Amino acid sequence: MSDALQLRFQHRYPGFELDVDLSLPGKGITAIFGPSGCGKTTLLQCIAGLERAQLGQLTVADQRWQDDNQFLPTHRRPLGYVFQESSLFEHLNVAGNLDYAAKRADAGKAALSRSAIIELLGLDTLLRRRTFELSGGERQRVAIARALLVNPSLLLMDEPLASLDNPRRAEILPYLETLHDELACPILYVSHAADEVARLADHLVVMDAGRVHSSGPLTELLSRADDPLRLGDQSGVVVETRLAERSDDWGLMRLENGALSLWVGDNGKALDDRIRVRILARDVSLSLSEATDSSILNRLPARIIQLADSGNASVTVQLDIGHQTLLARLTRRSVAELSLQPGQTVWAQIKSTALLR
Amino acid sequence: MTLSPADWNALWLTLRLASVSTLVLLVLGTPLAWWLARTRHWLKGPVAALVALPLVLPPSVLGFYLLISLGPNGPIGQLTQGLGIGLLPFTFAGLVVGSVLYSLPFVVQPIQNAFQAVGDRPLDAAATLRAGPWDRFWTVAVPLAKPGFISATVLGFAHTVGEFGVVLMIGGNIPDETRVASVQIYDHVEALAYDQAHALAAVLVVFSFAALATLYTLQRRNTHLNWGRS
Amino acid sequence: MSLYRFIVLLPLLFAQPLWAATVTAAVAANFTRPMQALADRFEAETGHQLRLSFGSSGQLFAQIQNGAPFDVFLSADQAKPEALIDAGDALADSRFTYAVGALALWSATPNRIQDGEALLRRGDFNRLAIANPRLAPYGAAAMDVLGRLGLNEPLADHIVQGQNIAQTHQFVATGNADLGLVALSQIIEAGQIASGSAWIIPSDYYHPIRQDAVLLSRAQDNTAALALLAFLRSDTSQALIETYGYHIEVPQ
Repeated sequence: MSDALQLRFQHRYPGFELDVDLSLPGKGITAIFGPSGCGKTTLLQCIAGLERAQLGQLTVADQRWQDDNQFLPTHRRPLGYVFQESSLFEHLNVAGNLDYAAKRADAGKAALSRSAIIELLGLDTLLRRRTFELSGGERQRVAIARALLVNPSLLLMDEPLASLDNPRRAEILPYLETLHDELACPILYVSHAADEVARLADHLVVMDAGRVHSSGPLTELLSRADDPLRLGDQSGVVVETRLAERSDDWGLMRLENGALSLWVGDNGKALDDRIRVRILARDVSLSLSEATDSSILNRLPARIIQLADSGNASVTVQLDIGHQTLLARLTRRSVAELSLQPGQTVWAQIKSTALLR
Repeated sequence: MTLSPADWNALWLTLRLASVSTLVLLVLGTPLAWWLARTRHWLKGPVAALVALPLVLPPSVLGFYLLISLGPNGPIGQLTQGLGIGLLPFTFAGLVVGSVLYSLPFVVQPIQNAFQAVGDRPLDAAATLRAGPWDRFWTVAVPLAKPGFISATVLGFAHTVGEFGVVLMIGGNIPDETRVASVQIYDHVEALAYDQAHALAAVLVVFSFAALATLYTLQRRNTHLNWGRS
Repeated sequence: MSLYRFIVLLPLLFAQPLWAATVTAAVAANFTRPMQALADRFEAETGHQLRLSFGSSGQLFAQIQNGAPFDVFLSADQAKPEALIDAGDALADSRFTYAVGALALWSATPNRIQDGEALLRRGDFNRLAIANPRLAPYGAAAMDVLGRLGLNEPLADHIVQGQNIAQTHQFVATGNADLGLVALSQIIEAGQIASGSAWIIPSDYYHPIRQDAVLLSRAQDNTAALALLAFLRSDTSQALIETYGYHIEVPQ
């Protein structure tokens, strides 16, 4: 099932050119990341058939949706689409919107039943409501449920949270995480918000000015010292860990992935649960010997792989901790004073860790 | 001030004419309005202008050209004769043709505006929910454009009831066939039968007021809904 | 220049002689063409100024009743001048018949009408256009003709009505009606039938279509109005009117 999405689009209109050629995994969430105007939405519309690219080839799970000789219209493509702003039908209530999709759902066994989807997105109490009585977050949850009800083979989400304020985003993100775990079909998730991407995505496509800047597994791209996402201050790695042990005395739990072992505040998850953490480069400092007199809890021996100049008098150091990569952002002066070199062994001190999910 | 049997006949004929014309207008006007609302074709401007022409032309001009083109030497007259339908002037069918042309902008424009207000997004959304073009049109575009259809129906109907110039030109004043209420009123006035004219005119005034008042009340309610949405 | 000399010279600033006045006439639409020809002669002969308003007699009548600024009314019938006199809006002794309408059976197709009466009896035509008999004297006269020929019933389904005699002419001219009973004045030009074919109906087939003129009360002292009425009665005017397809019966 790997690389089940093959797509190639060339589309030109005044002032803009889209030119992408991608192979994407047939499972999990692929985030399409980039600044506004980089062509993310256009790409999604080309995939949906809402925009007809001048040149286009698209294969989803061995099915040809589009090539030089054929163009499957949108309504014949087994996809679901969640628009940036709610696209609910205002002449129908919530249940009516869901029924609209359910009635037209692709035949075959549904991945999730109607009741499962309603429960998944917490819509039980909203079914009788008119669409204009819903909050922005509720509207997007209905829109997501509606897209799922057509039983899609590919789910496209175009910045579904962009129109929401932070509390509303926080309200929906857990639903999206559940979706990630429950849904068998691949999701293409367009976003320009790094935190959403870090939290949700498995695979990452970085776009810039209509072209693909880089594409690869999220953890791999985020581990690169050259900062392909141009996150700057926000750059840092994402690590999938396992809850290895907990210390009830201190209210801490230990997460590990190979040699990488982190003590963090206990969030109540069960032993052996998978937990995704994000470690920002600016939260990692280096010392030549283990600083046992430091307040910092997590100190790990690491080997320097490479150093990359990241502007503003700072340097990003890529570290290897038992085949797990970590980034540390230091001042150029610190690098010089410690005479850091690739291959050198140092101690990495991790000041804080964000638990993503 | 009572209505004579002839007056009642004229009113009944007027209602029949307005009903049939409105029905024809909705059937023809809806696809035309849809095309005008969605196309980027260069013909959009000329076609829109053609549809709006009855708004600015005196009805007598429209009626005169209809009389010529529907007549035995006119292009439409030759066509209808060729099809075995006969000639349309002085017939109920001819009045329907005239009324449809005359009231066309009053039906097409509200529907076109409503379709334009619906926009691409709901239709795109419906397409991603497996709705084909026909399905999208009936289940999304038409229900969302409902206020436009209500306006179009009321305006088309009321405007046909109030039509005079065109009917006068191609009607021939035949009882139960082409002598509608507006012509009957004109006859009364010309014959100095002012009482009868008043009675019939009052019926039309009351009817037109009721129709328009209903329309604007409905529209007000829709506006409230829109406020609730934002 | 002294004030005295200025006042004496003031009338010279106006082109017309001191006694010239203006008359406004409301004229039935069927009399439009002869009236325009008469107007030029009237102005040239008298120096008075004549303004013309054409319209249907019924509309002009209603306007006069509601204070329209007309001085003379040339109606298409006798009933309306009479009604104005009864209402005190017009002067009884000013009234006279300025023209008598003549009726013709007309087709826009040349040679279509050979024997008009036989053609009407055969009934092999699609429509017969007549003016609305309730409103137009020519329509009432047309009904007289059909009644006299005993064709009222047989031709009932063939009849279409124009609201006035102009519209009736239009129905025939555009070919929508094969035949029409129209005013002779509409189809005659320089004493000839201008186009198509026609049968001039014998005048004893219908009640005379007398068109009366009357002086309106507001203009009883208007010299131009009085002059216009006198001018219409004159031999030369009556002769001119006759060439436009009307009969005349002004007692000389």
